[in-house]
Amino acid sequence: MAWFSRHSRLALGMGLLVAGLLQMFSGYLDPYYMRILQISAINVALAVSLNLVNGYTGQFSLGHAGFMAVGSYTAAGLTKLLPEAVPFFAELQPASQQIWFLIATLLGGCAAAVCGFVVGIPSLRLRGDYLAIVTLGFGEIIRVILQSNDTLGGARGLNGIPRLTTPFACVALAVISIYICGTLVQSTYGLGFLATRDDEIAAESVGVNTTRCKVNAFVVGAFLAGLAGSLNAHLLTTINPSHFGFLKSVEIVVLVILGGMGSTYGVVIAAVVMTVGLEQLRALNDWRMVIYSLMIILFMLVRPQGVMGTLGVDKARAKTKRKPV
Amino acid sequence: MNLKKLLFSVVVAASLIVTGCAKKSEADSTVIKIGQFASLTGNIASFGQSSNNGTVMAIEEINAAGGVLGKQIELITEDDRSTAGEPANVVTKLIHRDQVVAVLGQVASSMSLEAAPICQTEGIPMITPASTNPEVTEKGDFIFRICFIDPFQGQVMAKFSKQNLGASKAAILTDVKQDYSVGLSNFFKQTFVELGGEIVAEQSFSSGDKDFKAQLTTIRAAEPDVIFVPAYYNEAALIALQARQLGIEQPLTGGDGWDSPLLFEIAGDAVEGCYFSNHYSQQDQSPAVQEFINKYQEKHDSVPDAMAALGYDSAYVLVDAIKRAGTTDPEALRDAIAATAGFKGVTGTITLDENRNASKPAVVLKIEGGKAVFNTTVEP
Repeated sequence: MAWFSRHSRLALGMGLLVAGLLQMFSGYLDPYYMRILQISAINVALAVSLNLVNGYTGQFSLGHAGFMAVGSYTAAGLTKLLPEAVPFFAELQPASQQIWFLIATLLGGCAAAVCGFVVGIPSLRLRGDYLAIVTLGFGEIIRVILQSNDTLGGARGLNGIPRLTTPFACVALAVISIYICGTLVQSTYGLGFLATRDDEIAAESVGVNTTRCKVNAFVVGAFLAGLAGSLNAHLLTTINPSHFGFLKSVEIVVLVILGGMGSTYGVVIAAVVMTVGLEQLRALNDWRMVIYSLMIILFMLVRPQGVMGTLGVDKARAKTKRKPV
Repeated sequence: MNLKKLLFSVVVAASLIVTGCAKKSEADSTVIKIGQFASLTGNIASFGQSSNNGTVMAIEEINAAGGVLGKQIELITEDDRSTAGEPANVVTKLIHRDQVVAVLGQVASSMSLEAAPICQTEGIPMITPASTNPEVTEKGDFIFRICFIDPFQGQVMAKFSKQNLGASKAAILTDVKQDYSVGLSNFFKQTFVELGGEIVAEQSFSSGDKDFKAQLTTIRAAEPDVIFVPAYYNEAALIALQARQLGIEQPLTGGDGWDSPLLFEIAGDAVEGCYFSNHYSQQDQSPAVQEFINKYQEKHDSVPDAMAALGYDSAYVLVDAIKRAGTTDPEALRDAIAATAGFKGVTGTITLDENRNASKPAVVLKIEGGKAVFNTTVEP
C-alpha cells in the first residue's frame, strides 16, 4: 500500500497499461466476464468518488445517483440526440465517434461538477443528517426534472444510445478515479479534507478553508460520478430516470461503508467484490438477494470498520503528523 | 497484521472469480437450450413470476410430448431483480456462458429495451411475451413480440370509452414514473379527442405513491364520464379505493397493467363496474384456453393472468418456429419466427407483421363480483 502512495504516477501508468492490454485482447475474452469487469470498474469509480465526499471529507451525501444522472443524460444527449438534429455528427467515422464520445463524457462530467458545486453550497451551512436530506432532495429533483422533460424522453427514458463504452474506457476511468482521490488526500492541499472531517473548528483555527474543502470535494466527486454515469449509459444503451433513484445512491453508499469510510483501497475491493459476488450468487435463484443482504449484515457485524479498516486512513494521518498544514 | 488482512481480502476476491470461471458450460448436443430472463424478485415480481410460470409450464408440456427435433428443451431462467443493468448482464450470460439458441423475456418494456440490442448484435432471436413499448422490436430483425403495442391499447380504451360507454368527457390519471403508463395516456388522449371527446382533467402520480386524494379531488370537480387510469395493479387498486371514498361513482378504466389477482384482493368492491383491456379472457370457452387454465390452476393454485398466458404462448411460438426451421441456426430460426402466421395460442391467433409485432385483437374485461368478466373484443 505504501508503495502505491509513493509511486502513484507509476501506478497510474501501469493501470492504464493494463486497461490498454485488456482492450487489445478483449476480442479473445468472454463477453460476459468483460461486461462484469466493465460494470465493476464503473462501480469502483462511483464508490471511490463518493468516498472522497463521505469518507475523506466527512460530508454525508445521498445524491450520488443524481450526479450520475446528470452525466448520463448530458453525454447521451450529445451522442444520441445531437446526431439526430445535426447531420454532421451522424456521419462520424468510428474513430472520430470515439473522440466525440470522450468529449461528450467530459462535458457530462463538467455538468455534474456544476451540480456538485450547487449542492456543495448548502453544505456550508448544514452537516450530518441535514446535509444528507439536502443531497437526497437534490437527487430526487434531478430525477423528477428528467421524468417530466419530453426532449430527454420523459419517463420513457433515452433508448438507442450508441454503444461506445469500451473496456479500456471503464478500466481507465476506475484507475484515474483512484489516482485522483488517492493522491488528492495525500497532498498537502488535500490534507485539509481530512482535517475538515476530523475536527472542523480545529481545522479552521489553523487556517484551513473548510468551506472550500467541502465544495471541492463535492465538485470532484460529482465530476467523476458524471463520467461514470456517461460510461454506464453508453454501455447499457438505454437510460431511464428511474435508474437514478434514491436506491441507486444507497447502493453506492453501501459500497463505501463496506469498504471502510475513507479507505480508497477498501472501497475499491468492496466495489469489485460486491459486483462480482452478486453475479456469482445467480446460482441461488430466489435466495440470491436474501443471501446477499445477509452477507452485508454479517460483514457489518464482524467488521464494522470496513474491508481494510483504518489501513488507508492511518497512512494519511501518519503523514499529517510529519507535515502539518 | 495489515498485510494479513490485505491478503485475506485478495484471497476472497480471487476465489470468487475463480469459482465463476470454473463453472464453464459444456456443449451438450442432446438438449436445446432456451434462455429466459424475468423479474422473479423486485417491484414487478408478480408479472415476472406469472410469465415464468407460464413459460415453464409450456416447456414441460413440450418436453413431455417428446421435445422438439428429437431433443429435450432445457429452459435456463435468470432473475433480473426488476433492476436496471441486470437484464443486460443476464442476457450476455445466457448467450455467451449458457449458449442458448433463443431468448424469451421480459414483461416490462424498460427491461426488454436493455436486452434487445444485445440479442440483436449477437444475432440471437428474442421473443418478448408482454413488452408493449413499440421501440422494443425496432431494435432489429432478431427481436419479436407476441402481444399488441401501447398505441393500440390506448386506442382500444379510447374507442371503448367513447363508443361502448358513451362517454364524452374523460379524465386521465397517469403514472409519470412508468413509461408504459405515459404511453397509454398519450394514445388514449389522442384517439379520444379525435373521436370528438373532451379530456377534462389530466392528473399524475408516481409509482409507490399511497395517497391520491388530491388528484382525485381535482378529477371529481371536473365531472368526467369516465376516468382512465393506466397504472399497474397496486396503484390502480389504491386509486379505486380512494376514489370510492371520495364519492366518485364513475367507472375507472385501465390497461393490461391491472391484470393481477392482487387488484381484487386490495380493492375489493371498489373496482366493481370498472373496465380494463387485456390480452386474453379467462371466460373464453375455447377448449385450448380452458385446458390451459385448468392445468395452470392444478399446478399453481391460482387463475392464470394474462402474463402467464403470454409467457406460455411465447414458448410455444418459439418451439413452433424451431420445428418449422428444422434447425436451431439463429438466422434460420429468425426467419421461421418472422414467418409465424395464424398461430393458435391461448391469447388469440398470433400473426407477426413486417415490424415483428403481433397483430391481434384486444379484449375488454368488466369487473363484476370480484372477477374480470369478458365484455367485448376490439379489433386492431
